[in-house]
Amino acid sequence: MLGATMSKGEIVAGCLAPHPPHLVYAENPPQNEPVAEGGWEQLRWGYERLRESLSGVDYDAIVLLSPHWQTYVGTHFLGLPTFKNLSVDPVFPNLFRYHYELDIDVELSQQIHDHAAEVGLSVKMMKNPDFRVDYGTITTGHMFNPEWDKPLVVISSNRSRDYYSVEVMQEMMIELGKATREAIIASGKKVVVLASNSLSHRHFTTESAIPEDMSKEHITSHAMHLWDMRMIEYFRSGQSQRILDEMPEFTEQAIAESDGGGLSWLLSTLDIPNYPGILHGYGTIIGTGNAIVEWPERLHKEA
Amino acid sequence: MSSGELVGSYIVPVHPHTVLAPEQNEGWGRLRNAYDEAAQRIKDSGADLIIIYSTTWTSIIGHQIIADPNPEWVMVDHDFHELGSIPYSFNIDEHFAHEWNDANEKRGLKSRTVAYHGFPIDVGSVVALKLLNPDNSIPAVIVSSNVYANRAETTVLAKACMDVVKKTGRKAIAVTAMSLSNRMFTKPIEPKDDRIHSLKDDEWNRKILEFLSEGRLEDVGQLSRTIHRQIRVNKVVAFKPMWWLSGMNQNRNNLTGEVLAYEALHGAGGAVVHLDPQASGAGDKEYDEDDVEIFTGERNVLDSIEETSSQKVDQQIQDSTVGPKLWEPTETEDSVNSDAAPKPVGAYPHARRVGDLLYLSGVGPRQPSTNAIPGGPICDSNGSPLEYDIKAQTRAVVENIARILEEAGSSMDKVVDVTSFLVDMDRDFAGYNEVWAETLGHYGPTRTTLAIKALPTPIAVEMKVIAKI
Repeated sequence: MLGATMSKGEIVAGCLAPHPPHLVYAENPPQNEPVAEGGWEQLRWGYERLRESLSGVDYDAIVLLSPHWQTYVGTHFLGLPTFKNLSVDPVFPNLFRYHYELDIDVELSQQIHDHAAEVGLSVKMMKNPDFRVDYGTITTGHMFNPEWDKPLVVISSNRSRDYYSVEVMQEMMIELGKATREAIIASGKKVVVLASNSLSHRHFTTESAIPEDMSKEHITSHAMHLWDMRMIEYFRSGQSQRILDEMPEFTEQAIAESDGGGLSWLLSTLDIPNYPGILHGYGTIIGTGNAIVEWPERLHKEA
Repeated sequence: MSSGELVGSYIVPVHPHTVLAPEQNEGWGRLRNAYDEAAQRIKDSGADLIIIYSTTWTSIIGHQIIADPNPEWVMVDHDFHELGSIPYSFNIDEHFAHEWNDANEKRGLKSRTVAYHGFPIDVGSVVALKLLNPDNSIPAVIVSSNVYANRAETTVLAKACMDVVKKTGRKAIAVTAMSLSNRMFTKPIEPKDDRIHSLKDDEWNRKILEFLSEGRLEDVGQLSRTIHRQIRVNKVVAFKPMWWLSGMNQNRNNLTGEVLAYEALHGAGGAVVHLDPQASGAGDKEYDEDDVEIFTGERNVLDSIEETSSQKVDQQIQDSTVGPKLWEPTETEDSVNSDAAPKPVGAYPHARRVGDLLYLSGVGPRQPSTNAIPGGPICDSNGSPLEYDIKAQTRAVVENIARILEEAGSSMDKVVDVTSFLVDMDRDFAGYNEVWAETLGHYGPTRTTLAIKALPTPIAVEMKVIAKI
């Protein structure tokens, strides 16, 4: 897919694209076995707005980092052309049993892998055909592109936060983001990058009898709401550096899913944007805070 | 049916190396040999059930229990996928799984069974079952590790499990699939270079194994939080499998322990440990935490918005009107009646004096002024069952007894004999017993507890008391 003129690749958009399986469950796609009566419409309509925003935009591949492919020995990349299997959520198996078939842009995966290795990060290509792709990847992949007509690059979540600290995690994710950006530009491809994570991430420990009963859905605490709104204000006002600066406090106090490194990696891949992100939707899922945000880099190219 | 029992406990490592690559490192091979030895011991023990608590299957909504009788798939580890794939086909005791689920709910836990085609059984459970039960001759059951569960919840999970082991007469093996120190190297290493990640981790691991080799399981459980802070990363909060395993063993510290192997697995501490229930005479517990029977912790978060507390009380009062009409207490020369006690449901007094003894009529939990039932009625006006709190009902019974005793010039310390009636022995005995121990049990009266079909009002407990005056 390298352009004949070897034009520079570009990131057309970067998105915060959370992955609670409840969204797929509520949409009732044919690939998913459980059936719902709807629910979480604010977020599902948010994903609709995101898809609409990108409907006329040409791009070649999606690069996605999922916190549910958790690796402790470096960062891993799916490294085979196709993965086909059944994904059953180990936490919410009642909601998510999804038959998937996804294509991987192995060339771009390898390029990002190689750039990351060059800057000293521990990386590995995943080439076991029996590997089951995590449900976070499948959920975000479906909600962002239900046609599955774009190849993916899937990056694992290195748990350096668990091993060291949020600060160390963020340093590594910023390096990975830079490597991702450089590899995309060198590839000549147009790419969308997705960080698949929630904001505040304190769950309810009970589930209503009807999971999609929206009368039971709300944020778990006022403190979580305040943190989510603070982050969203930074998204909307283009204050990405402040997000990175406050990441340790946010991650610790909001038990945020940014602990998986996705948000830090995304902002770094976008070169820490100072233009406003577009908030397409916000809502809670089993108490966790979820925002769908797009940074339309295609509209903010340097002259 | 003979009462069931735990015939052995094992601690085993979770990494796939022992299945897929034992020949690549001498230590991995020794762990594999220890696994094989454990499998033989389990077979020789005559066990008819293997129960696995796996730290690599985390849950959020309470605990989950595999109930698919024959789960089959191919497992690939998220980190060590280059070692290969592990096909599995297990023999799961679905009936035990459902009974354990019910027992969990009776003890206040949120719980559910899982029986979906293709459910991804975690690496720890797959490795443990492949090696401990290679021919699938012994049925197994697997439970998740809840990320939010504290010690109380994890201990009650074990007690609920043992309720079922005893009830069903099983000879069970308890297994925790876990690492000791779980800090791995963050970069690939050559198998020959594997070692425990740090000297500090190694020292802690050896201290844990020293305790376990002396059979001091509860001591390790008591040190769980400290161990977690010292040598664990936050994959699973706290070193909670030791809470579960200790709960399965009645929080004992005098088991017979044997470390079959201890080696590094990409830097983490992996051990195969056998804990035999035979008493070894090793040390007593140095300190203890609450021995929790019923979990009453952080739950029902969603339910809090269903109805306000006052609405709930109003409903309880309304539902309490179900049942027979109330009578004024019968007045005779020897009778004792109290305005502070609930009105009778027939023509009888609250109590009657005979010599220096006082015989009380059956006393329930209804409140004297409102007729409300603390803890809620057991059914609504249509007879549909309602959730209720047996402990709140039992406390209210004891308070009513105290009021009648006071009216007669007696007191709780003069109670001689009590006959208790429960409408649901299986559900309520533990909670009732806990309140008893906190109240009347202190004074040492004799006691008889009976299961009965029903009481005249929608209550779950009533007591018949004889006291001295």
